[in-house]
Amino acid sequence: MNTVGQRFARPDGRIKVTGAARYTADFDRPDKLHAVLVTAPAAGQLTSLDTEEAAHGPGVIRILTQADLPQFTAVPVPLMFSLPPMRNDTIRFEGQPVAMVLAETLEQAEAAAHRVRVTIAPAEVKSPGQSNPRPPVSDSGYIFAAVDAAKGDLAAGFSQATHRIAAEYAQPSRHHNAMEPHATLAWWEGEDLVVHDATQWTAGTRQMLAKALGLPPERVRVMCPHTGGGFGSKAFPKWHTLFAAAAARVSGRPVKLVLSRAQMYTMTGYQPLTRHRIELGATPDGGLTALHYDSVNVTSSTEDFVESATQAGRAMYAVPALETHERVEEITAGAPTPLRAPGGGASGMWALESAMDELAYTLGMDPLELRLRNHAEVDPVSGKPWSSKNLLEAYALGAERFGWHRRPAQAERDGDWMVGWGMASATMGSFRLPAAARVSLRADGTALLESSFNDIGTGVFTIFSQLVGDALGLPPDRVEIRNGDSTLPEACGTFCSASAMCVGAALLDACRQIRASLGEGDPLALLRWLGRESEAALGRFSPGEGVQLEIDGGASPNAMRTWGAVFVEVGVDRALGLLRLRRMLGSYSVGRVLNPRTTKSQLIGAMIWGWGMAAMEASIFEPRLGRFLSKNLVGVPLPVNADIPAVDAVWVDELDEVASPIGGKGVGEIGVVGVAPAVANAVFHATGLRIRELPILPEKLLAEE
Amino acid sequence: MQGFTYARAAVVSEALAAGREPGTAFLAGGTELLNWMRLEIAAPARILDITHLSGLDAIETLPDGGLRIGALARLNDVALAPAVVARVPVLSQAILSAASAQIRNLATIGGNLLQKTRCPYFRAEEMLPCNKKRPGSGCAARDGLNDRHAIFGWSDICVATHPSDPAVALAALDAAVITACGAGGRRIPINEFYLPPDAGQDRNSVLEQGELITAIEIPGSAPCSIYIKIRERESYEYATVSVALALDLDVWRRIARARVALGSVAARPWRLTAAEQALAGLEPGAAAITAAVESGFAEARPLAHNAYKIALGRNLVLRAIRLVAEMTP
Amino acid sequence: MLTGRMKFREQLDLTLKVNGREHSISLDARVTLLDALREYLGLTGTKKGCNFGECGACTVHLDGRRVNACLVLAAAAAGREITTIEGLADEKGMQHPVQQAFVDQDAFQCGFCSPGQIMSAVACIAEGHTRSDAEIREWMSGNICRCAAYPQIVAAVRQAAGD
Repeated sequence: MNTVGQRFARPDGRIKVTGAARYTADFDRPDKLHAVLVTAPAAGQLTSLDTEEAAHGPGVIRILTQADLPQFTAVPVPLMFSLPPMRNDTIRFEGQPVAMVLAETLEQAEAAAHRVRVTIAPAEVKSPGQSNPRPPVSDSGYIFAAVDAAKGDLAAGFSQATHRIAAEYAQPSRHHNAMEPHATLAWWEGEDLVVHDATQWTAGTRQMLAKALGLPPERVRVMCPHTGGGFGSKAFPKWHTLFAAAAARVSGRPVKLVLSRAQMYTMTGYQPLTRHRIELGATPDGGLTALHYDSVNVTSSTEDFVESATQAGRAMYAVPALETHERVEEITAGAPTPLRAPGGGASGMWALESAMDELAYTLGMDPLELRLRNHAEVDPVSGKPWSSKNLLEAYALGAERFGWHRRPAQAERDGDWMVGWGMASATMGSFRLPAAARVSLRADGTALLESSFNDIGTGVFTIFSQLVGDALGLPPDRVEIRNGDSTLPEACGTFCSASAMCVGAALLDACRQIRASLGEGDPLALLRWLGRESEAALGRFSPGEGVQLEIDGGASPNAMRTWGAVFVEVGVDRALGLLRLRRMLGSYSVGRVLNPRTTKSQLIGAMIWGWGMAAMEASIFEPRLGRFLSKNLVGVPLPVNADIPAVDAVWVDELDEVASPIGGKGVGEIGVVGVAPAVANAVFHATGLRIRELPILPEKLLAEE
Repeated sequence: MQGFTYARAAVVSEALAAGREPGTAFLAGGTELLNWMRLEIAAPARILDITHLSGLDAIETLPDGGLRIGALARLNDVALAPAVVARVPVLSQAILSAASAQIRNLATIGGNLLQKTRCPYFRAEEMLPCNKKRPGSGCAARDGLNDRHAIFGWSDICVATHPSDPAVALAALDAAVITACGAGGRRIPINEFYLPPDAGQDRNSVLEQGELITAIEIPGSAPCSIYIKIRERESYEYATVSVALALDLDVWRRIARARVALGSVAARPWRLTAAEQALAGLEPGAAAITAAVESGFAEARPLAHNAYKIALGRNLVLRAIRLVAEMTP
Repeated sequence: MLTGRMKFREQLDLTLKVNGREHSISLDARVTLLDALREYLGLTGTKKGCNFGECGACTVHLDGRRVNACLVLAAAAAGREITTIEGLADEKGMQHPVQQAFVDQDAFQCGFCSPGQIMSAVACIAEGHTRSDAEIREWMSGNICRCAAYPQIVAAVRQAAGD
C-alpha cells in the first residue's frame, strides 16, 4: 500500500466543517469562573492599583493582584518570557498584566476589569532607533546559532568587485494574529492540575507549568487537540496559562481565561522590527565576491530576543568572503517571539533578495541569471554538503511555469496599471527535535497512533494516517489518532516546520518495531494468525544524543535547509498609490511531499503571508506613548480573499532520507520566504521605484497622474 | 461593557419619548454601538432597540426623480436596490466598498452616518490623550502618528477624519437627513449635518438627544457618478482617501456641474467647492482640469505625516473625472 | 414578548430560535448573540476571533442573512431565526454541499475560521454573488483566514454554487 504522494483528504475535515472540532475556549467545566486580565497602560512604576470599586461589581468573586499569587519558580527562557509579571511594581511595557478579575460571567468580569484603576508613574519610552545596537547577551536563551559569522577576506572580496551595492532595508514589527485567541481553561483535581491550553506545544506547556508551580510533571495534564493557528505565538508557553492555573488554585474553581485580541498584541510576542544593512560585491559576470550583512532587531528590556535575521542570507549563495552580525536594540515593549519563517527566512531574505535584485540591475543581468550564477553547492559558511538541494531544478520549473523568460525588459502597461515581474530565492532552516509516538496495530484491522503533537492545520492528521497506514499495510482511514494530550508519548512542538519530520520519524520507528516483532509478511495477517488483539510499540526520533534542538543539520555531516524560488506579477497604479497582486508562483525543493493537497495548502497559505508582509502588515510602535498604536484587526490589516487572485505552488521530486526517514523536510514556513522581496522587485520592474522599507503602502508609490 | 437596560420600541412616538431621556441610546444595526461600549467610547444606561419600528426601511422614488431611503434600510439592501444602482451609482458603489457583506447586512444607512472616527488613539482599548474620548486630555494624534488623519478643517482639539463611505457619496449628492423628535423633526442638508471637530466631546453631528434619523433624501439623480476608494487591502478596510464624484455633462460634453466630495480627509465628507466651480464649463479631457481640481486643495493643511493625501486626493479626483467621462455616452 | 409596553430591563427572559429549536433563557442585557450561543446554549461551533466585527469568525445567519454574531445583542436577536454551523446539516445529518465542498477543496487548515467561512459561503451562494471568481473573492472578504486558504475557499464556493 502506498498512499504517500496521493491527494488523500484530511481525516479532520468533517469535524472542522461542522463546528464539531473543539478548540480550547470551546471546552467548559461546571462552576467555572471567567478570568479577565487587567493590564498596565504604560511602562513605569505601578503607583496604585485600585480594585475597590471593581471588586464590588456584580458577580465578581475576586480580583487577584501580585499579593494573591504564589511565588512562581523561574522558568528559563525561551520556555517562557523571562519576566514573570505581577511580581513587583515595575512595569516594563504597556500591556503588562497587573491584576486578574474572576467573576461568574464573562460580562461581569469584563465590566469589572474596566473598573480597576491602574496608575503608573511613566518611565521614559525607548522607541526604535533611539538606543545603540549592541550584541545580544550570550545567555539570552534565544541564540540558537552564532550571531556573528565570517569567512574569507572581506576586504579582498570587495576590492575584487567591479560592481558593488550597499543599501539598508527595514521591515516593521508584525504580530501573528492567529484567528484563535490564546486561551486556557484550568482546574485542579486534588494536587493534580488539568489544563486545556491553546498551544503549539502541549508538552512545553506542561513543562512550564510543572516548573513554575514546583510540581512533578506527571501531576500536570495539558490538552489541546486542535489549535486555531499559532504561527509561532503559541509555540512557547505564555504567562496567562500560568495565571489561569494559579487562579484556579486560589479560587478553588475552574478558571477560563481567554485573551482579548488587544492582549495578543502585548503578551504573546511578535516578530521584531528589523533593520538590515547589506553590502554586496560582484564581478562583471555576476559572481559574488563579498557579502557584508548586519542586522539589528528591536527587543524588550526584559530579554534579548534575537531575530537571527542573517542566518538564511549567509547560507544562500556561494560567496568567497562574508561577514554577518546580528545586534539588538531595546525598546519599551514586550518581548518578541518567533513568527512564521524565523531564522531570517521572512526578515533577512527580504533584505538579501532585494539587494540581489539591485545588484542584478547594476550588472545589467537578469535577476534569475544572477541567482543561478551564485548557486551554493555546499553550505557557504561550514562547507558541508547539503542533505538535499534541488534548487536549480526548482528555479527552472518555476521560471518555466511562470513564463519568466518572456519577462519584458521594460514593464508593460495595462490600462492604468504598470505591470511588473519580480523574483526572489527562498531558503529556510531545518529544525529537528526529539519526538516520540506510540503505534498500536489492532486485530480489528485498525491502528492507533498516540502522540502529544498539536494540530494547527498543517495536515499532520493526514500525513500521519498515510505514514502509519502505508507502513502497516492499512488504508489511511483505518488509522485512529490521539493527539494533543500530555499523557500521550511526548512529541515536539508543532513549530519550526518540524513536526512532520520528527513525529513522522518516531511513528515510522514504532511501525518498524511492530513489523519486526510480528515477522516477515503482512502485519495484520500475522497479528491475526498469532491470535493477538494488538501489537504496540513506542517509537522515537532524536536528532542526536542529548540534542534538544538541532538547527540546519547541527553537528551531523550534512547541512540541511529547504529551498525555493518565488515569481510574482504585480500591478502598480502610481497615481492612486495602489499595489495589487496579479499572480504568484512558488517553486520548491523541500524533500518528499507526503500529501500534495495539504502541502500545496501550506505553501500557498504561507505565500499569502508573504503578500501581507509586503503590502500591508505592520504593527507600528507609538514612540511617545510607548505602545503598539493599533492592537486590533482594523489598524493592522491582514490579507483578505479579494487580495489574492492567483497563487500556486509547485515542487520538484525529491527524497531526503538524511534529514528524516520520512524523506521529507518541513514545508510549513518556506512559503513565506522570498515573497516580500519578489514583490518589491516587481514594483521596481513596474515603476523604477526601489522600496526598501515594508510594507509597500500607497504613500510610498504615489506619483503625479 | 458596563451594565445597561434594554427595551424594544414598537412605534416611533414611543421611541421618541423614551429617547429624550439622557443616557438613552438608539440601537439599530449595532455594528458601532456595541464596539463603542466595549471600548468605553459610550456607556449608555439604556438601549432602545428601534429595529422593530415599521415603515422606516423603505426605498422610494420621489417625484423629482430623487430617492427617499428609510433610515433603517440595511446597507446591502440600499446598495443593491435597482433604483439606487440606476439613479445614484456612486451611493451603491460607496456602500459596497464599505465594511463586509456581514456588517452591511446589519448596519443601517441612518446609523452609518453616525459612525465615529477610526483614529487609532480614539479607538484604543486604553484611555489615551484624546479630547473626543476624555475632554481636555489633549489630542495624541496632533503631533503623533497622523498619517491617516485630516488635511482639511482640523483643529488642535481633534485631527481625526470621518470614516463613512456612504456619507461621502451622500455629500456629493446633496442629500438631506430627515429626522424626527418630540418637536416634530428637521430636514438637515448633509453638508450641514456634521459639526466641526472642536464642537464638543461626543458630538459629531447636529443631532440632539432623542432625535431620530428617519430617512435620507437624495434630490434628483446622478447616473454619471462614481466612488473610488483607496486602501492597501482590496476589501473590508477603511479608506486611506476616497472620492465621490457626480458629473452633469452638457450637450457639448462640457462639465455643466461637478459635485466632488472626498472621504477620510476631514471630520466630515469634504466637498471641494472651489474645484467644483472651477470645473464648470470645462471639457473633461481639457488641460485646465488639473488646475481646476488643484484649486480645491488650496485650503488643505497637511499634518506632519499626511501630506501625501493632497497628492492622492488630487489624483483621485482627476481619475474620477476621467472615468466618469469615459463611461458617459 | 419584548415589544409593546416598553420596559427597560437589565435581566431579560427571552427565546432564541436557533437551528429550528426554541431556547428560553434569562440573560444579562449585555450578552451578545455570540456569547449566548457559546456560553449559554453550548453551541461552540461559532467562534470568537476578535469580538469587534473585524474577522468574521462568528458569522451566523439571522433571518437567513449572514451577520457577525459579536455585533448583535442576544436580546435583539430574540424571536428571529438564527442558524449556526451546527444547523447546516440536514435532518439525516448529511453535510451541507458547502461543507462537503470545503473538504473537497481543502479550503481550511487550522479550521478555526471555517464555521464562519462556511456560513458566509452559504449566504454568498444564496445571494447569487458567485458569477465570477472575482465576485466570490469580494463577497467572501468579510472572513479572514489567517492560514490563508483563500484560493481553496473560492474553489469551494464555486463548486458548491455549481451543485
